[in-house]
Amino acid sequence: MSYTAIADQPVHMHDPTTFVSKYIWSQDHKVIAIQYGVTAIFVGVVALVLSALMRLQLGFPDTFEFINPNTYLQFATMHGMIMVVYLLTALLLGGFGNYLIPLMIGARDMAFPYLNMLSFWTYFLSVLVLLASFFVPGGPTGAGWTLYPPQAILPGTPGVDLGIVLMIVSLAIFIVAFTMGGLNYVTTILQARTAGMTLMRMPLTLWGIFIATVMGLLAFPALLVSAIMMAMDKLVGTSFFMPALISLGEAVDHSGGSPLLFQHLFWFFGHPEVYIVALPAFGMVSDVLATHARKNIFGYRMMVWAIVVIGLLSFVVWAHHMYVSGMNPTFGFFFATTTLIIAIPTAIKVYNWVLTLWQGNIKLTVPMIFAIGFIFTFIHGGLSGLFLGNVIVDVPLSDTYFVVAHFHMVMGVSPIMVLFAAIYHWYPLMTGRMFHEGLGKWHFWITFLGAYAVFLPIHYLGILGLPRRYFSFADTDFIPDTAHMLNAGVTVSAIIVALAQLLFIINIVWSFKHGKKADPNPWGAASLEWQTPEQPPRHGNWGDSLPVVYRWAYAYGVPGVKQDFIPQNVPTEQVMMLDENGAYQEQEV
Amino acid sequence: METTTNKEESSWQTVVTDWSADKQAFDMPWAKLMMWVFLVGDTFIFSLFLVGYMAVRMSATDPWPSTSEVFAMEIAGIHFPLLLIAIMTFILITSSGTMAMAVNYGYQKKRILTFRFMLATAILGLVFLGFQVFEWADLIFNQGVRPWGNPMGASQFGASFFMITGFHGLHVTGGVIYLLVIAFRVKRGYYEQRGYESVEIAGLYWHFVDLVWVFIFAFFYLW
Repeated sequence: MSYTAIADQPVHMHDPTTFVSKYIWSQDHKVIAIQYGVTAIFVGVVALVLSALMRLQLGFPDTFEFINPNTYLQFATMHGMIMVVYLLTALLLGGFGNYLIPLMIGARDMAFPYLNMLSFWTYFLSVLVLLASFFVPGGPTGAGWTLYPPQAILPGTPGVDLGIVLMIVSLAIFIVAFTMGGLNYVTTILQARTAGMTLMRMPLTLWGIFIATVMGLLAFPALLVSAIMMAMDKLVGTSFFMPALISLGEAVDHSGGSPLLFQHLFWFFGHPEVYIVALPAFGMVSDVLATHARKNIFGYRMMVWAIVVIGLLSFVVWAHHMYVSGMNPTFGFFFATTTLIIAIPTAIKVYNWVLTLWQGNIKLTVPMIFAIGFIFTFIHGGLSGLFLGNVIVDVPLSDTYFVVAHFHMVMGVSPIMVLFAAIYHWYPLMTGRMFHEGLGKWHFWITFLGAYAVFLPIHYLGILGLPRRYFSFADTDFIPDTAHMLNAGVTVSAIIVALAQLLFIINIVWSFKHGKKADPNPWGAASLEWQTPEQPPRHGNWGDSLPVVYRWAYAYGVPGVKQDFIPQNVPTEQVMMLDENGAYQEQEV
Repeated sequence: METTTNKEESSWQTVVTDWSADKQAFDMPWAKLMMWVFLVGDTFIFSLFLVGYMAVRMSATDPWPSTSEVFAMEIAGIHFPLLLIAIMTFILITSSGTMAMAVNYGYQKKRILTFRFMLATAILGLVFLGFQVFEWADLIFNQGVRPWGNPMGASQFGASFFMITGFHGLHVTGGVIYLLVIAFRVKRGYYEQRGYESVEIAGLYWHFVDLVWVFIFAFFYLW
């Protein structure tokens, strides 16, 4: 018995007509994707400004009166949380997941469009609650993005009254939103694929999004549980995470709780979260590289299995964030081992990206240079991860700027390079217009070189021993003057990089109205999302009948074919071939 | 989807065939698959609650109260440890039975019987909730148990108790509402044409809530 899916029925879908049903309460996955994307980029800009403010303080201490130790900690906390959860997770899964899943599998929409709409508006609510914490008495929490108790809920930490509560509530709402979206993505990918689209013919983008979503559905519960427990500790007075201790000269009303439990719960979410961000980025960069190098992805099956294995392993490495937390040192051996094992599938992916480029017909378009830039930044971030994965190396480097540099390279710069690649790559599909090539290239070079100008010196500062999260290093003996000069240089670079993002925003906003009309499938991509009858695809995506898929998504550089690629939905007998004289004819491949 | 039903084929081969097929990886309605995936995530939530409870039970500095004393009842002068909890467990497991009957009658398209068994399930769920209210009231008002402390020992006892049974109680409450909505749709004949899968999906959720209770019973009350 097989079930007829809504997406399979060739009935005409009623297009929404009013402005509200089309753009506000829309159930169209493409509109929801744009809503997710715009909201995520907006909070991302807020977080970027916060990081610039932090850099101002670090580069030029004692200059800016509006930054004091409290606000500095608040900026750091909000910057971290927004970037990791509200920007990267939301943009990669809510934005690109929503846009690409139905188009790439050949479905008309998500499995449950109404739930999908609820997912976005719940996410929107979580963003509002989060931003509201800037305007409450005491401001947002300054507990660091990891929100470690006991300090997160004890007096002395900024935002201890309302900020921390709003943060916890916002996270809980975000998790509800993610769950609604995530259930949709998983169900859609598993059940709504069009005829011929087997799992092993899906573009790697979808594999990344799929595994990341499954991981999210299993990892976010840990954050929810720790948020509930912490809310009870803060609001009800329980002692889940709170030991007996003396704070600001007074004994607290708690006893017998386990701060280490919070760290375990948090990182049981936190480490998979790294890969929830990384896997969709891995997938998208694979597709961008293959398309613009006109070459099939190297080792498709290995790429898929690498994604799956990374997903599995990422659930058993969490305590490598806790080598100095006071947990049983024996655990360190186990978690160091699993952490280093995860480098194997990751290295397979990097080799395969490089081998995809090898002997390809590389077109240095804007998306492509961002994708190639990602390979550089990711290798750098990955290698410093091998340092930190070893207990003995991690102990002296822990809580220094080396850690900051590592995770910004691997989890900040790298996914953002992919996000830019992806936005430029799919921009013509989403808007029907081309972006400005020159602006895009300026944007790339300033961002790419700027990211190195910012983060390479920070590695060095970390090895010097500069502790992270400090407001000021004023009269510390072991820090030489050169380190302060370096910090000032980093700040200048960071501000230049931040301002360069205006180029990006101007580019996408200006091109939306004034860009030159994009050809259908301007990159010559073989995957299904570029083969819709209209571009940008309309409500329902596929016109009267769903496409049928005949091959994988990487038929690039096929010898003897008129174009150098074969779209997934072109039947074998209709492929245009060249004869000996170079004329076109139809024949079997 | 074409699936080979050749009996010679090894079961692993069928798994591979199913998973690599186009259109649908699982031969079931979308909503049912979604419920399964949701329940896997929910399993993680409850597992982590229980793991968290075990961790604070180990870290607690005060002695852990004896559950067989706290949850005991005196009836006619006889001391029954865990009597109320045993009855609650029995009720919830019975409700799983009536739910299974409802699913069975649903697929036989026996509309009224399906409705009645779903209603019975929802009522058993309400009775369970009633007992839970009674249990909470007894702990709060008679024994002085609060989330932040209690006269018997470790404050984490009350904290874990209210958190875990509260979260489970919310699941039961949601489940009762969910069952009633589906039950009255059944009565209206809403599923006559479109099939009774929704009854089974509600059943999945209800069985899950019951199963979770068994683990809470084992790890919190019996341990």
